Amino acid sequence: MPDYPVTVPHMSERTEYQFSPETLETARRIIQRYPEGKQKSALIPLLHLAQAEFDGWLSPGAMDYVASLLGLQPIEAYEVASFYSMFNLKPVGTCVLEVCRTSSCWLMGAEDVVRHIEKKLGITAGQTTSDGMFTLKTVECLGSCGTAPMLQCGADFYENLTLEKVDSLIDKLKSDGRRKVYTRDEPITI
Amino acid sequence: MAKKLLLEYDHVPGISTLDVYRRHGGYASLNKALKDLTPAQVLEEVKTSGLRGRGGAGFPTGMKWGFLARPEGVPRYLVCNADESEPGTFKDRYLMERIPHLLIEGMVLSSYALGANTSYIYIRGEYYYVARILERAIAEAYEAGLLGKNIFNSGFDHDCYVHVGAGAYICGEETALLESLEGKRGNPRIKPPFPAVAGLYGCPTVVNNVETIAAVVPIVRDGGAAYAGIGVGKSTGTKLISASGHINRPGVYEIELGVPVEEFIFSDLYCGGMRNGKKLKAVVAGGSSVPVLPADLILKTAAGEPRLMTYESLADGGFASGTMLGSGGFIVMDEDTSIVKNLWNFTRFYHHESCGQCSPCREGTGWMEKILHKILDGHGTLADVDLLWDIQSKIEGKTICPLGDAAAWPVASAIRHFRKEFEEYVTRPASIRDVKHYYRLHSMAEA
Amino acid sequence: MAKVTIDGVTAEVPDGTTILNAARMIGGDLVPPAMCYYTKLKTSGGYCRTCIVQVTKGSDKDPRPMPKPVASCRTTVMDGMEVKNITSPELLEARAGVVEFLLLNHPLDCPVCDQAGECDLQNLAYANGKAGTRYQFPRREFEKIDIGDKVQLHMTRCILCYRCVKVADQITDGRVHGVINRGDVSEISTYVANVIDNDFSGNVIDVCPVGALTDKTFRFKSRVWYTKPVDAHRHCTKCTGKVRLWYKGEDVLRVTGRKDHYGEVNDWICNECRFDKKKTADWTIEGPSHIDRGSVISANHYESLKALKATIERQKKALPHGNKVSLGHGALDPNNA
Repeated sequence: MPDYPVTVPHMSERTEYQFSPETLETARRIIQRYPEGKQKSALIPLLHLAQAEFDGWLSPGAMDYVASLLGLQPIEAYEVASFYSMFNLKPVGTCVLEVCRTSSCWLMGAEDVVRHIEKKLGITAGQTTSDGMFTLKTVECLGSCGTAPMLQCGADFYENLTLEKVDSLIDKLKSDGRRKVYTRDEPITI
Repeated sequence: MAKKLLLEYDHVPGISTLDVYRRHGGYASLNKALKDLTPAQVLEEVKTSGLRGRGGAGFPTGMKWGFLARPEGVPRYLVCNADESEPGTFKDRYLMERIPHLLIEGMVLSSYALGANTSYIYIRGEYYYVARILERAIAEAYEAGLLGKNIFNSGFDHDCYVHVGAGAYICGEETALLESLEGKRGNPRIKPPFPAVAGLYGCPTVVNNVETIAAVVPIVRDGGAAYAGIGVGKSTGTKLISASGHINRPGVYEIELGVPVEEFIFSDLYCGGMRNGKKLKAVVAGGSSVPVLPADLILKTAAGEPRLMTYESLADGGFASGTMLGSGGFIVMDEDTSIVKNLWNFTRFYHHESCGQCSPCREGTGWMEKILHKILDGHGTLADVDLLWDIQSKIEGKTICPLGDAAAWPVASAIRHFRKEFEEYVTRPASIRDVKHYYRLHSMAEA
Repeated sequence: MAKVTIDGVTAEVPDGTTILNAARMIGGDLVPPAMCYYTKLKTSGGYCRTCIVQVTKGSDKDPRPMPKPVASCRTTVMDGMEVKNITSPELLEARAGVVEFLLLNHPLDCPVCDQAGECDLQNLAYANGKAGTRYQFPRREFEKIDIGDKVQLHMTRCILCYRCVKVADQITDGRVHGVINRGDVSEISTYVANVIDNDFSGNVIDVCPVGALTDKTFRFKSRVWYTKPVDAHRHCTKCTGKVRLWYKGEDVLRVTGRKDHYGEVNDWICNECRFDKKKTADWTIEGPSHIDRGSVISANHYESLKALKATIERQKKALPHGNKVSLGHGALDPNNA
């Protein structure tokens, strides 16, 4: 199990789970993409929405809420959420740095990038900084092998990394201070 | 310069928009098909073209389409496999990011041939920004009447949706992808039944790779025979190759199948030779799953013939001295690369990505990773190398889906071609003290 | 009907029959072992890979052999199909590999496991595995969890056959347990603390091929081979009420469904019959159960002397000289006990 503290200071588990009206509208549109009676298909997209809206991770409460929107048993949401590596089942920092560690990135120096970030932030892969700002994760191939090494933060790819680039990225994220999530920043247009 | 069919306009500014795409001949194939061709004729063109699945297996696309069951009153689906997760492969991302409308046009065209009124593009979750590019393009297409009801007044209706995954290599396997699309864990299904008979929601379904579907556009435009005229033998047309590793010019290249491997690595048209003037040591030619080959065997077959970038030439010699074109993920390694460490990296990947449904893969991948870790730690023995060989042979062909094979082949090929290196690691452990320990064995728990 | 030949034995079976079921119709040594397939559970099978067989001829129409071993429980026979199971040394080697994988992370705590003596994994390992293990790393471990007051889950022993999940899906409402995580850290779990609470939840114990799901009312009461199985029934409004009682002396230590030759229950039974009716007075006794599957209790020590005599007579008749008689399945053979 993770060896980082489960409770990140500013992120105690919330007690209420309710999508904003805009997110609910997005969820409703997503559900409509699938045939009548097959709304379970919307489970993964909705879990993404929940993770983005509920502090970057999926607590049991968040998963129960998504399951209730789709008329599913909670266990169906747990089973799915725990299968996919993008879903965080423990609290994470405001910015999750996901460094690719597979094949080409590894050949091109991903280990040095990880080591550098670990040193800079004073944490090891899998941990969150004590101020709750950064979580460092190592992930498998992100399809950026031609521009290796790379890391992903939110939906953004940072490619052809050098240690200097990593430094300036971390500084920029820190001064920005905003949560980085995978999901769209603007609502979809269809 | 070789002929380009997919990436001809990839550097035109604004090609991701509908306007610019149409100005460069976009949606002409769809127009042609809906006005002049019956669905059966489109299927016939695809069969004539000799197009083979570009996701890795290389199965003839026309034949796959031909298997689609067509019972009355049951919807049929086309699902695009954009779960591109094979290490070393990034061509689909490039194509979707640059020319999203090429994929969408291909989706409607293929759906017309298959009689599918709904299609889904299953894209891996990490490509969220690409999914947004696709969604924007789909919205444009709806607005222009290229999606929706009665496209080009043909009476053909089609809806296309983007569906994002959430991080699982296994969902690139078509039945796991369908499970995931149905909102379940990405556990591959036991075949038969094949998706062509019972796929998405139990309905007849075709699952094709992004590049395969995009290739239908030039095939309809120029005719299947023209497409078949490119390439060598049964490897027809062009193929996107994702080149990465220790080369001067990594990136996505569209090649006519049949380019010599040597030219591909050393020509300035493609990889541009080895980085920093180093020597070529080994190549993984088709994504991490395919057997790794040492320099001499990747450049020339065991019989001394120059090896070509075709399905057949790369496979020449079987697994004893050949490999596979696979997904076209071309990973080049220079003389400083440790094959053993590289293998550990691959094996860790398969351990991490095993779905856990069937026992040989669930237990075997982790076991192999631990043994490799032990060898890298300096505690390996010669018996461990033999044990690795035995384990991979007991995984290969015994699992529900090909992930078991994909995990076994790199191990088998690394030991087959680089056994000396393994022996050195276990007999002279003092030489390998630079092992890193960032990656814990049970890395799933990190999430 | 389709004609299928398994290890040289030919049989006619209905269309749509799986290779495994065709083999079971033939019977004997050529029946592949099965750890995850369960006839009564739809979509079960295919996961454990112990039932793999080699198809050497696809059918009369398409005689090509299948390139890889197939799961016999999920592959239907075709007319003219030829299959090799115990006549293929390569296949037996592959199966031994599967057994090794299944045992890789298994704790081998049979001496303290309630399932010992009637454990499918034990039988599988004896019949198809090799002595010793080549695994040198720590085994995966999980905490024991009570799921409800009657069932204990000891995930460490689980081989992920998915049967209990399918039971919850198919014969009960509102499944609360499932498989979480993936790969070799997958586990059967409720994820959040939860109880499995419905009238038929106890059936997960009967379908579990190992000691991962055990009956808490029976835990550590007795080794199964010291108990006597007796078939009995009662009038029950929820289930058929046809059960097997396991006696030690005068006490009913546990109640289970009646299992057939392949360890599959004939009828699902309800929790009231299973957990609450443990007095002889609750039941109409039918007589001792005869168990003929390969485990220690199939020695049938508990059957009456009369039945034993009948067996001896039967065997005497069957033998040409009538002087060598064995009792049951190796009752006197320590290697088989």
